[in-house]
Amino acid sequence: MSDNLRRVIKDGLWDHNVVLSQMLALCPAMAVTTSGSNGLGMGLATTAVLVAANVLVSMIRHTVSSQVRIPVFVVLIATLVSVVDMAMNAWLHDLYKVLGLFIALIVVNCAILGRAEAFAVKSGVLAAAVDGLAMGLGFTGALTLIGLIRELLGAGTLFAQASNLLGPAFAFLEVKIPNYGGALLMILPPGAFAVLGFLLAGKRLLERSLQARAGRVAGAAAGVTA
Amino acid sequence: MNFSSCREKVAYQPILLGTFALLASGALAWVSQATGDAIIAAEASDLRSSLSDVLPQGFADNDLLGDTLTIDRDGQAVTIYRARQHGKVKGAVFKVAERGYAADIQLLMALDADGTTLGVRVLKHAETPGLGDKIDVAKSPWIEDFVGKSLGKPPPEQWAVKKDGGVFDQFAGATITPRAVVKAVKGGLAFFGAHREEILGEK
Repeated sequence: MSDNLRRVIKDGLWDHNVVLSQMLALCPAMAVTTSGSNGLGMGLATTAVLVAANVLVSMIRHTVSSQVRIPVFVVLIATLVSVVDMAMNAWLHDLYKVLGLFIALIVVNCAILGRAEAFAVKSGVLAAAVDGLAMGLGFTGALTLIGLIRELLGAGTLFAQASNLLGPAFAFLEVKIPNYGGALLMILPPGAFAVLGFLLAGKRLLERSLQARAGRVAGAAAGVTA
Repeated sequence: MNFSSCREKVAYQPILLGTFALLASGALAWVSQATGDAIIAAEASDLRSSLSDVLPQGFADNDLLGDTLTIDRDGQAVTIYRARQHGKVKGAVFKVAERGYAADIQLLMALDADGTTLGVRVLKHAETPGLGDKIDVAKSPWIEDFVGKSLGKPPPEQWAVKKDGGVFDQFAGATITPRAVVKAVKGGLAFFGAHREEILGEK
C-alpha cells in the first residue's frame, strides 16, 4: 500500500475524523446516538453510502463542470440513498427493519457531499473508495463512542439491542449495570452536546500531549546525534 | 474543439444537469420497479407474522389474509382481518394510525368479539430512535399494557398517558409518541364498537 493511501486512511480515522476534527455531520452524530447500537447502525449505513458516492463522483469527475458540480452531486447522493433504501427494503428486509430509520437521514449528512467536494472530485477511483471507507469508519467509531457514553451514563447499558442489529450471535455485547437508574439528561439532546464537547476537548488534549512527546523524542534524538 | 473547452460553454451546464436529473430519475424508476414486488411480498409476510403476533396462539383456525372485510372509516378504507373458530368470527384484526412525533404511527390491533384488546403491535413508525421507538415491542414491552383493556376498562377518561391523568406509562423524554398510540388504540376500539355487528357478521 502506498504512503498516500495510508495517509488517506489515517486522515479518515483520526486526523481529519468527520465528527471529531472536521465537525461535520453533527446532526446525525447527536440526534441518533442515544445508544451504541444506534450509533453503529447509522455509521455503517453511512459508510456504505459514502463509499458508493465517492466512487461515483470520482468516476464522473472529468465530465462534470465545476459550475454545476454541486447540484449534480446532490442529485447523485439523493438518488443513491433512495436506491439503497429501496434495495434494502426489498432484499435485506430484516436488516431494513432495524436500519430503515437511519437510511433516509443519510441524505442530509453533509459529510457525504463534503467528501465528494473535498476529495473524490480530485482523486482516482481507488483513493476515493479508500477515503470513503476510512471516513465512514471514522464516523462510525465516533458515533458508536458517543452512543456508548450516552447510553452508559443515561441508561446504564452498553450495546443494548445490539442483537437486533448484528444478529443473535452478538447478544454477548449487551451489558446492563444493575441498580442504576440512569441520568435521562444524557439520552436527551443536551447529553449529546456535553459528550461531544468532552470528546472534542479530550482529542485535543491527547493530540497535544502526543505532539509534545514527539517533540521531546525528536529533541533527544537530535541531542544524541549532535 | 476539444472536450475541456466545450465543458466551459454555457450550454454545457444545463445539458449536463438535465442529463443527470434524467439518469437519476431513470435509475430511481428502474429500482422502484425492480424492488416493488419484493417489497410488497416482504410486507405481506411481515403482515402475516404481525397478525400472528397480535393474536394469541391458536386463536384462529382460518387464514386471516383471505378473510377480509373493508369498512369505511372517515373516508378511508380499513381492511379488517377476521379470526374465526369453526367458522364463527371470534375476533378482528385491523390497522389504525395516528400522527406521532415524526410521522404517522401505524399499528395493528386485535380485538375479541366483546371488544377487548387481544394485542397491539407497531407496524411502521419514524419515532426518535432511543426515545419514541420504545413503542416497538422489540425495544420495550410497553405495548403489552393494552392487552385485556377495553373501552370500559379503564373508563374512557383514563384512556390517556399518566401525564394526562390516564393509566398508561409515558416514556422518559417522549410523551407525544405514547400519547398518539393510546389515542390510536382508543379510536380503534370505538371504531370496532360502532361496526361490531357488521364485523362479526351478525347483521
